Amino acid sequence: MVEVRLENLKKYFDNGRVKAVDGVNLTIKDGEFLVLLGPSGCGKTTTLRMIAGLETPTGGKIWFEDKDVTYLPPKDRNISMVFQSYAVWPHMTVYDNIAFPLKIKKYPKEEIDKKVRWAAELLQIEELLDRYPAQLSGGQRQRVAVARAIVVEPNVLLMDEPLSNLDAKLRVAMRAEIKKLQTKLKVTTIYVTHDQVEAMTMGDRIAVMNQGKLLQVGPPTEVYLKPKSIFVATFIGAPEMNLLEVSVKEKEDSITLEGEGFEIPLSSDFKELLEKYIDKTVVFGIRPEHMTIESVSSLEHVKRSTTIEGIVDFIEALGTDTIVHANIGSGNIIKVKLPGHIPLEVGSKVKIVVDLDNIHIFDKNTEKAII
Amino acid sequence: MNDETKFMLKKLIFYTFIFTVVAWIVIPIIISTLYGFALPRDYYDPKKILPTSFTIKYVKTLLFTLGALDGIKNSVIVALITITISFALGIPAGYAVAKFLFPGKDTIKLSIVALRMFPIPVMAIPLVVLYIKLNLIDTLLGVALAHTAMALPFVVLITSSIFAGVSTELEEAGMVFGLTRFGSFFRITLPLALPGLAAAAMFTFVMSWNEVFVASILTLSHRTLPAQILSIMAGASGGAAPDYYKFAAAFIMILPAITFIFFARKYLVTMWGITLK
Repeated sequence: MVEVRLENLKKYFDNGRVKAVDGVNLTIKDGEFLVLLGPSGCGKTTTLRMIAGLETPTGGKIWFEDKDVTYLPPKDRNISMVFQSYAVWPHMTVYDNIAFPLKIKKYPKEEIDKKVRWAAELLQIEELLDRYPAQLSGGQRQRVAVARAIVVEPNVLLMDEPLSNLDAKLRVAMRAEIKKLQTKLKVTTIYVTHDQVEAMTMGDRIAVMNQGKLLQVGPPTEVYLKPKSIFVATFIGAPEMNLLEVSVKEKEDSITLEGEGFEIPLSSDFKELLEKYIDKTVVFGIRPEHMTIESVSSLEHVKRSTTIEGIVDFIEALGTDTIVHANIGSGNIIKVKLPGHIPLEVGSKVKIVVDLDNIHIFDKNTEKAII
Repeated sequence: MNDETKFMLKKLIFYTFIFTVVAWIVIPIIISTLYGFALPRDYYDPKKILPTSFTIKYVKTLLFTLGALDGIKNSVIVALITITISFALGIPAGYAVAKFLFPGKDTIKLSIVALRMFPIPVMAIPLVVLYIKLNLIDTLLGVALAHTAMALPFVVLITSSIFAGVSTELEEAGMVFGLTRFGSFFRITLPLALPGLAAAAMFTFVMSWNEVFVASILTLSHRTLPAQILSIMAGASGGAAPDYYKFAAAFIMILPAITFIFFARKYLVTMWGITLK
């Protein structure tokens, strides 16, 4: 088990025309579960394949502890990988699939048998050992792939969207199981996914990537509550964070955000933070669950708040939650997520309470967070 | 017309079709086999359609006196050399076409097929001249090389589609779990491609077995079976052979192919039973 360090890692395709990975610096701590999160084509899988040695970097270095592995072939890195398609070898039985990495490393026969049974027991596939992959379901093949990956006790465990081919119910179950397994084995794990729920629930830390660049790295709650850019803010969270273009106005002693047809008064302590942006346009962001509707429910533990008036435009009743779409003026819709069933009618006037401790303000040009 | 008669009619049409196809293939085989063993008086008797008395005399004469047995031996040797060389060259090429991106890939693929456009008779004289210079004329290796040239484009195309069917992730998994690139090819991809490769080998074998033109012009004393049969039938030793010799020759030509399929069939079906996915 090792610490993995990526140093200005680059991968260009087509003579530099496509920058799949563009200067990634990242340290994955020993025993950590790091999730590489991003939309498809953001370079996360290419990064993973470079760590595996299946792809040669255009530039930069990859370190396992103090060993430079940048140009080492995969077999000399002592890594394991769970592939998106599982890549369980169809011409071998489940037993042989799991035993294969050990056979290549020339373990004695009794030890191979012991380790294979240990891994099979962990993944609960003991009774499938004599079968061929064609006789297994998707979920079972997935388990075989994971068993094969952990049996060698790898330095680093790499997972490339391993759950994306499973049905929704199985995915949730496997999510918990893989996370528990990783905690038990304490193996450094790099997990690639485009599913923000997987990232939030499994990762010790999340690294968000887009267009070959690393945008933000941090624990799930930090990435969720303190996004550093508009991209991260909108990529994580469902329903998405509400974004509104507003201009910052100074009124006597306080600050107001003015949008088309609406105003959001802020408390005076925002003055210092927004001083440089007075009379300029910024992007205001607020997550649906950081608001509530007065007279319907109240936000707990809210220290500072402000209210906006709006008219109910549409209601999504999800059972556990209700998402209220409110028109706050000139067709600007914001979504408010409230727990439980909310007896509201379309067209009724509401007062929306905004938790000022959880608002986000982004620079319009750089799309970077100001608050 | 009710549903039942409709169903019966459909079935009738279906079986008629199947019967026609099977008859089209099987009847000539049965007829030539029967006539191959017929006595001349039966064959020439206008009152008889099928012969009733048989002899193995003509098949025996063809095989042992007229050199068909040597022809069979030569044909097998040529086919095996052809398979060996065309696979040794065609598998790496097919693999490269299937798995790698390289400049000019499409052009290469197209020119591989385009080469087969040239009719072989056009190349016959230069080929013979070249073979005389290289001392390859009238050798089995020479015929095998010519057959390799004919089979190679197909071997490349067939194997490339076979390798494209084996998921790259399976091979990469091999590399991640401790194999070299070559090791992964030999222990993961090759076993999975085996059924397809066996089919490609059969194709090559049959092509070489049936090829008569090149074999005839390039050899004189070391003839493959079709070339040998042709020279006997066309009357290399003065005058065309009688009909019952021709049927006996047809039987000799058919027999190995049928025997091969008969034994290989079960094995092939089992191999294709393994899914690649």
